Amino acid sequence: MTPFFALLRRDLRLSVREGGGVGLALGFFALVATLVPLGVGPDMLLLSKVGAGILWVGATLAALLSLDRLFQADYEDGSLDLVALSPLSLEGAAAAKMIAHWLATGLPLTLLSPVLSVLFGLPTGAMLMLAASLLLGTPAVSAAGAIGASLTLSLRRGGLILPLIVLPLLTPAVIFGTGMVVEVQTGLATGAFGFLAAFSLATVLLSPFIAAMAVRLNLAG
Amino acid sequence: MIASLTAEKLACTRGTRRLFEGLSFRVTAGQALALEGANGAGKTSLLRLVAGFLPQAAGRVFVTENGNEIVEPEERGRFIGWLGHHDALKASFTVSEQLAFFSKLYSAPSVGGIAAGTSPVKTGEERRAALLEQVGLARQAELPCRYLSAGQRRRLGLARLLLTARPLWLLDEPFAALDVDGKGLVARLIALHCGQGGMVIAATHEPLGLGNESLKL
Amino acid sequence: MFDWLFRYANPARFLGLSGAVLPWLAAVTVLTIGTGLYLGFSAPPDYQQGRTVLIMFIHVPAASMATVVYLSMAVASLFSLVNRHILADVAARTAAPIGAVFTLLALATGSLWGKPMWGTWWEWDGRMTSTLVQFFLYLGYSALWNAIEDETKAARICAILALVGAVNIPIIKFSVDWWATLHQGESIVSGHVAPVFLGPLLTMMGGYFLLFLTLWLVRIRTMIVERRARNLMGAEA
Repeated sequence: MTPFFALLRRDLRLSVREGGGVGLALGFFALVATLVPLGVGPDMLLLSKVGAGILWVGATLAALLSLDRLFQADYEDGSLDLVALSPLSLEGAAAAKMIAHWLATGLPLTLLSPVLSVLFGLPTGAMLMLAASLLLGTPAVSAAGAIGASLTLSLRRGGLILPLIVLPLLTPAVIFGTGMVVEVQTGLATGAFGFLAAFSLATVLLSPFIAAMAVRLNLAG
Repeated sequence: MIASLTAEKLACTRGTRRLFEGLSFRVTAGQALALEGANGAGKTSLLRLVAGFLPQAAGRVFVTENGNEIVEPEERGRFIGWLGHHDALKASFTVSEQLAFFSKLYSAPSVGGIAAGTSPVKTGEERRAALLEQVGLARQAELPCRYLSAGQRRRLGLARLLLTARPLWLLDEPFAALDVDGKGLVARLIALHCGQGGMVIAATHEPLGLGNESLKL
Repeated sequence: MFDWLFRYANPARFLGLSGAVLPWLAAVTVLTIGTGLYLGFSAPPDYQQGRTVLIMFIHVPAASMATVVYLSMAVASLFSLVNRHILADVAARTAAPIGAVFTLLALATGSLWGKPMWGTWWEWDGRMTSTLVQFFLYLGYSALWNAIEDETKAARICAILALVGAVNIPIIKFSVDWWATLHQGESIVSGHVAPVFLGPLLTMMGGYFLLFLTLWLVRIRTMIVERRARNLMGAEA
């Protein structure tokens, strides 16, 4: 098993064993999906119009929950030093952690979304498209989140700074992701899929390099 | 195998403080160097500088391998076995799981390396078991790390050092929080490592034995 | 010991230079903005918007500056990362609050301009939305700077954030315009600017940019002098 997969597996195991992993993200996602109708009223017609957007934002926020510990935990207990000295490059390590994060948050959130779509009365077509857009877009959330996490890893209470930094960067993902669902609802082709795919791909490819740079700066600090 | 680690006129700045400057020394194969100095004098910073985490403010530090000078921090890193203040242990992982992780992360050899005089082993698992035996953690193999004492955590760190078989050991207060047996183990392993041609630089208040060099910061 | 001297040799030269340039820069700024305002007032009232079109001369340049300042921050950040020059660190850090104020000005004046036109204090059109998102980019940058204790580390870390943000800005703008078109058919506030308005508008844009440069220089100088004072007061170098 190469060092890359060893780190990936370890991070997955940690997210299952230690708190703040899959369960938390899914729970938060479901909670948002429950609270909004309570705030907005049970008008299914209205809810079906806003559902895609609410669920997209809810999923993004849920995915961000566990991000601040992505690098911070390893930084605090000295594991990051050992990873830096290992045969695995810091870029590889960042990539492994980013992928592990997506597997533990983005993917489960995507799989839960059809269930929550029911709460908003989304028709089947929209429901499926929402799941597809989340599948395509949540990697960008993990990627941008990894960048934010690497920048804030030394902050004791960086908790709220991370979403403040990352969410503006994710505006295109939210826009194009929900745009994909709008396509189904209006029947017009808008190219949302292509834009989201490009955005996700670019973020995912660039993130390990940027995160590694930030990790190096922090290790030197 | 590396022949030596050389530092030439090293200077280090943390924030706005100049910790040390004009520092030069060399450690050759089989040698151990003790770093002495008050807390805050820069022992840990020097270790981190040698490890390549911290850039130097001035001077050079390099490893000599087969006549080549390796200056790049990230290339130096593959020669280094690090035992720092923090143990890098995950609370929910058992001792053997933790060691297995390091084994895979470092692509540790299953046989050979600078293992300490054990008979040839057949698999990585056997080697790890033998190492745990050697550091006195055989009984704790299935214990989650959250239940380990400070001394046990350090022993696991030593097992990791042996496992990853890196020639240059950088140890930050290796004797801290250890009982007499523990300290004896550390001293023995350091002696063994140097005896096999390895090198050790340790920040410590205690004597390393071996009639070695020391550097005061 | 010589490091200390070297570190301030360049900033000292900078202080000298900027001190000489500043009065002229300030004068040209006042002149340009004054001219822009005059041209604006002397232009005929817009047939649709009447006199309220004047707010456009305050609002549109401010919205542009929100982006221009961020890009300037990004350029300074690039120098900060590559050259590790202290002047670059200071430049990046001081640009942020100025940019944030321009952004707020754009949002406030946009709202004022919009009320007579839209009937509401806010509309989610392309420019306003982009400006709002950029406001958060500024907030995040400043928050990160303030949260990291080591100044040099803060400079480098925030430099990465500024560069990532700068690369994102065109993407954000594109996606927001795409979104506005998707949901409203057409961006409300964009469109042709009558030639008679172009003159004052461009003049104001130039004036705002000069204003930014003036304020920036003042803030950089202040920060450099502050650091010197701190060092004289015994902060260890």
